[in-house]
Amino acid sequence: MPTVSFAPQLQRHVPCPTQDVGATTLGEALRAAFLAAPLMQSYVLDEQGHVRKHVAVFVNNEMIASRRDLSLAVGENDSIMVIQALSGG
Amino acid sequence: MSTLLVASRKGLFTVERRSADAGWQISGHHFHGEPVTQVLADPRDGTWYAALRLGHFGVKLRRSVDRGATWAEIPAPAFPTKPTEGEWADDATPWTVDLVWSLAAGGAHEPKVLWAGCMPAGLFRSQDGGDSWQLINSLWLDARRKGWFGGGNDHPGLHSICVDPNTSQRVTIAISCGGVWRTEDAGKTWSLHGKGMLSTYMPPELVADQNTQDVHSLSMCTTHPEVMWVQHHAGAYRTVDGGVNFTRLTPPLPSDFGFVIVADPVNPLRAWVAPALADTHRYAVDGAMCVMRTDDGGQTWRAFRNGLPQSHAYDLVYRHGLALAPDQKTMAMASTTGNAWLSEDAGENWVVLDAQLPPVAAVSWTA
Repeated sequence: MPTVSFAPQLQRHVPCPTQDVGATTLGEALRAAFLAAPLMQSYVLDEQGHVRKHVAVFVNNEMIASRRDLSLAVGENDSIMVIQALSGG
Repeated sequence: MSTLLVASRKGLFTVERRSADAGWQISGHHFHGEPVTQVLADPRDGTWYAALRLGHFGVKLRRSVDRGATWAEIPAPAFPTKPTEGEWADDATPWTVDLVWSLAAGGAHEPKVLWAGCMPAGLFRSQDGGDSWQLINSLWLDARRKGWFGGGNDHPGLHSICVDPNTSQRVTIAISCGGVWRTEDAGKTWSLHGKGMLSTYMPPELVADQNTQDVHSLSMCTTHPEVMWVQHHAGAYRTVDGGVNFTRLTPPLPSDFGFVIVADPVNPLRAWVAPALADTHRYAVDGAMCVMRTDDGGQTWRAFRNGLPQSHAYDLVYRHGLALAPDQKTMAMASTTGNAWLSEDAGENWVVLDAQLPPVAAVSWTA
């Protein structure tokens, strides 16, 4: 099953363990992970269901290309990591 | 004695005076390092609400029922899913709350009612002390919203909410840049008010357009709620008929540009402003800070400078950066430069709070 983990910057606000989730798409995986910490959803996604512009989501070593389309297929060995997007100086 | 709440770029500060002999001191720091855009101490039950704008993770709302000893996260106002077809499918304004800009308590007889104004300029109402929020669709889906625009921001914002203490179904709001609106039925229907205000910088046909007036702040004299004051992008105004008509006030010198205006809650002739040089030069005139007060309904103004910096002060006081305490004589003012001052004589003399704060968005007093 794909694994979903959240960066310490997020866990500072909402504790949420790394989880193996049953999912075949990125969107399904995130929604499944939010079940363990419902508040986390509003930190990662805005009210339109899009990844917030200063949040970065990686599937394995690749940052996702679209903040809106979360239909990206994920497999059982994939690792999904949600971090804050670093910007500025 | 009231506690001062200071919402800053890097947290919420509490400021207290422990005794008559002691000076004002910072007594607490909450949400270390996080931008706090608005704070409300509900005078009805003492609950504190703080609006956060987390740089990465969006707008959050926190509530404390024990004067900040503990905070709980509660739902923040949020727009519904944007339609993919119909009139609003191509709305240029994003349906995501970027900032909670105003928080207001409802009337005394509706103890759990709260109002929140946001950027983009959505108005939200809670009936349960912030456990849930309902977007006021009648305003958000008014076609006239398409005429609003951001004043110095990417999108229009709703920064002022005045609840009539006698008739709490009557609420007057102000938007930058979207004029003054009033509901008589707790948000079911709205009237666009603000006749008399002039956006002198707009194309000639739009100078008097009520729908695009850039109201910087709106403040109500709560014992005479038909009397309200406006600091506009182009001057100060006053209404005595609940916002239907506004009269341009004698420009306070040295400047009638600024963001904040504060109405006295008892004296309908008294108000305060904190002027800045101009929209192109957003700092104190000649680098010398002052607070101006009128005691005659805006016919004349007096400038008070004692205790405020008089050289090389590049402070700007935002629209929520000046506040009068419930005793009607203690005042607080704080700036984008992180300076904060207190007055105990209705703004005539000031002392500096001995601190170098982050940029301040809002100051507010507890009951």
